[in-house]
Amino acid sequence: MTGTLVNTTVNGDAVQFACPTDESLMDSLRDRVGLTGVKEGCGTGDCGACSITLDGELVCSCLVLGVEANGRNIGTVEGLADGDKLHPLQEQFINHAALQCGICTPGFLVAAKALLDKNKNPTEEEIRYALAGNLCRCTGYDKIVRAVQAASKDLRKKK
Amino acid sequence: MRYEAPTTTQEAANLIAREKGEAFVLAGGTDLLVRMKTGLSDPTLVVDIKHIPAMQDVKTTDSGTKIGAAVSGSRLNANKKLKKAWPGIVEAANLIGSDQIQGRATMVGNLCNASPAADSVPAMIAAGAKAVVVGPKKRRTVPVEKIATGPGKTSLAKGEIVESINLPKRTGKAGDAYLRFIPRTEMDIAVVSAGVNLTLERGLVKTARVCLGAVGPTAVLVQKAAKAIIGSKLDEESLDKMAEACSAACTPISDKRGTVEYRTKVAGVLAKRAAKIAFKRAGGK
Repeated sequence: MTGTLVNTTVNGDAVQFACPTDESLMDSLRDRVGLTGVKEGCGTGDCGACSITLDGELVCSCLVLGVEANGRNIGTVEGLADGDKLHPLQEQFINHAALQCGICTPGFLVAAKALLDKNKNPTEEEIRYALAGNLCRCTGYDKIVRAVQAASKDLRKKK
Repeated sequence: MRYEAPTTTQEAANLIAREKGEAFVLAGGTDLLVRMKTGLSDPTLVVDIKHIPAMQDVKTTDSGTKIGAAVSGSRLNANKKLKKAWPGIVEAANLIGSDQIQGRATMVGNLCNASPAADSVPAMIAAGAKAVVVGPKKRRTVPVEKIATGPGKTSLAKGEIVESINLPKRTGKAGDAYLRFIPRTEMDIAVVSAGVNLTLERGLVKTARVCLGAVGPTAVLVQKAAKAIIGSKLDEESLDKMAEACSAACTPISDKRGTVEYRTKVAGVLAKRAAKIAFKRAGGK
């Protein structure tokens, strides 16, 4: 391995990788950790396809250096499902056909989960604002918003 | 590229001062990583300031509130005390980008990136905020309006970094507000913006500061606009005078976001609306 050694936690597992200092965390996660659920859309923080959580905070992984992940806690879309059991958000995205090509979907799921972790019962407006950093060029957002509303209901029922 | 993550501000300043090539401070990275990606910058050294405890603090003391340079927008939003004392500052900082950007972006980064349309800057200037600047040899405290000198340019010498923003102590009846105009509801860059901060005494405006964004090469503190409302109950006549002073202080460019004429007119309108919100927040009637 060449580059700087990074020790981090990804979806609860200890992970070690080495990367050049100027590599984005998005590239590190995709190319070195093999988590290709992290998608590259714009690479400049505008589209949200590469959304992850860093110590619980929603961020664009293309705007984080891989080396910054040292000692931090990362959450990606791969950590959403519980084994074979999909997360309510994932189930409702399927039920509502809230995706077409699918490249924006992991980012939407991670951003929606970050919202529901903070706000159990968001209004439609709150959902739309919270997902404003995620761009979808296929579905037109309505189905996505409905899916998040349905998942929020499911999650509240569970508790 | 060397990546360093020092634990003191002094060390960070020394690292940058000693570097022969292009050296950058990394706070939220929401501007720096875009510059690197698009080839605008090719740093030989990046100094991550997020491991410096003094930069991560929001502290209120007898002299005011200190916000560390590495404090993100979402942390400002989560700080109820700060939101209550300085709602205009927090709403300005929170207007920058998406939730993803808020998870990383900082007010000091916004300031030092020196965009004329930076949202948090007019609010900080209106508040009378000061920047604590640490250099390899000395520390100095300067008003925020002295940091940016033009688009992308600052008065900071090589090796000088901003450690924190100091907001004055809030006493008595006081309020601030920040408004920006964008053609969309979210995720856009200010076409025009206005920050107003004022205090009241016996129902009248006692002190005021009015600052405009995106209508000149840097944010503009408009003293004449503040004068127009000081001593008033914020009646229509004083507000109109304030708006006139704001428009007169504009030196904008015309671009795809707005024309010179449009920006000049809207600056006055936004300042009026922001002043009304600040007045109400201060308990004015």
